[in-house]
Amino acid sequence: MVYLTRLEHFNAAHKLFNPAWSKEKNDAVFGICANENWHGHNFDLFVTIKGKVNEDTGFLFDVKKLSDLMKIHVIEKLDHKNLNMDVDFMRDKMCSTENLAVGIWQQLVPHLPEGVILHCVKLYETPRIYVEYYGE
Amino acid sequence: MGILFTEYMTQKKVSVFRHEHFNAAHRLYNPSWSFEQNDAVFGKCNNPHFHGHNYELVVKITGVPNPDTGYVMDLKQLSDLIKREVHERFDHKNLNMDTAEFKNLNPTAENIAIVIYDLLRPHIDAEKELQIRLYETPRNFVEYPA
Repeated sequence: MVYLTRLEHFNAAHKLFNPAWSKEKNDAVFGICANENWHGHNFDLFVTIKGKVNEDTGFLFDVKKLSDLMKIHVIEKLDHKNLNMDVDFMRDKMCSTENLAVGIWQQLVPHLPEGVILHCVKLYETPRIYVEYYGE
Repeated sequence: MGILFTEYMTQKKVSVFRHEHFNAAHRLYNPSWSFEQNDAVFGKCNNPHFHGHNYELVVKITGVPNPDTGYVMDLKQLSDLIKREVHERFDHKNLNMDTAEFKNLNPTAENIAIVIYDLLRPHIDAEKELQIRLYETPRNFVEYPA
């Protein structure tokens, strides 16, 4: 079993805000992240797949194809977007980095061929804050 | 010998740096242009719903160290100054909507660097040089003055 990771990045606006709560409660829970007019980040996305190495190619999976899958199904939907307003797979969800990582996982899984297993989505919101999702 | 050493040291200019960061949303567009012209010039940066960045700010102060302290500038004071003048204004804000500075100024990295310079300059000794380096992404950054 070999693990292979590809890094892509995107820039986006978002806010952390629960519409079922009052502004005061949102402010108390989410602080400056609840700013009504959004704020934003440079996100770094690490996607790790695992599987057996193909004897003919020496590849687990063509990493250019992994990059293309990430670009088509994730980056094009998120880059220079408002995560709360512009992204179909985040609609009606809280726009936390945790939920975004789970959403990205769900975007990618259907497009990986048999024998290529999605292992981890690791998403950096800032250089100091990141989450990992292993599909559990 | 002591006098000579002091004279020697008073000619030595040193640069000191403080690194801070803030996160903000923005949109690049010119309100006097059509949406199509804005799209042509600013591309996806013109998204009406905004996008955002982790800005990394490097503030450079250049001067001769004070003979009594050995400091060009107390970096804790510089850090406090940047937090007060820059971080509190721009962190977790929408630069276009939430700040007076960019109400009528396109918040490009270039313009943000000029604004930060103008905010800090009055609070730094006149004989010290000030330069702003602003990273919009790890790969795009600007410096002012050039």
